[in-house]
Amino acid sequence: MSSEWPLYEVFVRGKRGLNHVHVGSLHAADDEMALHHARDLYTRRNEGVSIWVVKAADITASSPDEKDPFFAPSGDKVYRHPTFYDIPDDVPHM
Amino acid sequence: MSFDNAYEAITEENSSRWAFGTGFEDPLSGVDTTIPDGVDAAELAAYCLMLGDDALVFSHRLQQWCTNAPELEDEVALANIGLDLLGQARLLLARAGRAEGGEHGEDYYAFFRDEHEFRNVRLAELERGDFGELTARLLVLSTWRLALLHRLTGSRDPVLSAIAAKGVKEVTYHRDYAAQWTVRLGDGTDYSHERMTEGLATVWPYVDELFTPHPVELSLARAGVGVDPSRTRGEFDDVIGQVLGAATLTLPEVPSVPGVSGRAGRDGVHTEAMGYLLAELQSVARAHPEATW
Repeated sequence: MSSEWPLYEVFVRGKRGLNHVHVGSLHAADDEMALHHARDLYTRRNEGVSIWVVKAADITASSPDEKDPFFAPSGDKVYRHPTFYDIPDDVPHM
Repeated sequence: MSFDNAYEAITEENSSRWAFGTGFEDPLSGVDTTIPDGVDAAELAAYCLMLGDDALVFSHRLQQWCTNAPELEDEVALANIGLDLLGQARLLLARAGRAEGGEHGEDYYAFFRDEHEFRNVRLAELERGDFGELTARLLVLSTWRLALLHRLTGSRDPVLSAIAAKGVKEVTYHRDYAAQWTVRLGDGTDYSHERMTEGLATVWPYVDELFTPHPVELSLARAGVGVDPSRTRGEFDDVIGQVLGAATLTLPEVPSVPGVSGRAGRDGVHTEAMGYLLAELQSVARAHPEATW
């Protein structure tokens, strides 16, 4: 058994109804302790109203080695952006 | 808005000030600071010093955990708790100064009083022990203080009531933190159980003092301004019983440490640890009495 507590990633939501945003990581023995540590480490300056924590080991991430097959093919598909039609004047918030 | 910097995305309207949130509250904003009718100003000042000194002195002990905590995360947690208590102490010492006529500010009370003028309970000042002792002491002190502050929110003094309302939110978290660690250590390994048991046995002799009312506390409780601490014993025992039950711990059977001729911390009669604590707390301010920082 490892003597070090597992790593958790911390996501905090600010007051304005924004998304939860990744703010950093910490070590904790379990989920409950991770939540408390996140409160103590990442909301000291009034940053947040909601916290998510997740074990770093539980995150499946894309690998830098796969960068080209994953992301390069979308680099030249400009027609995927919705910019090729006219927006009527009376449509707000576009 | 850019989401490249996490803090920029979560702070409001002042993205130039990295990492600082907004909407900070002044706990005394709009509070009338005149002394309520029929209240003895000297008693009110003494009472504010009692509650303020509890917070100041224990805050100092918590600060001594900086660079000494078992994990970085807990070190920050303990510093946060110490800062919460320091904030409560500042408000209470400032209130004492106003009640005494406005001659002295908070710094005077923190740095230029001598040991016998400090009114904190002795449990706050005891020498720093191990993490088990800290957990036990934080559990006991925060459970007791939360019970006091809850009642103080109904104080006839609007300043005490506002300070208590702020403190209730803070100390609720302190108690929760201590309770969680009590359960982890008590219901953990044989070794952690043993250390937690020893911690409880170290602090328990000073528990009865917390519930022994001082004449000032009784007088202000009658005036509807203060709280008679003996009234909080039932709530304290219930909470502690619940936490220790979950932690598979039992109440230690140890005799109380009596005061000197019935006088203890609230009368300015302290343990040997207090002089050393004050020397550390006060030395810089006393060496440079005119300094500002």
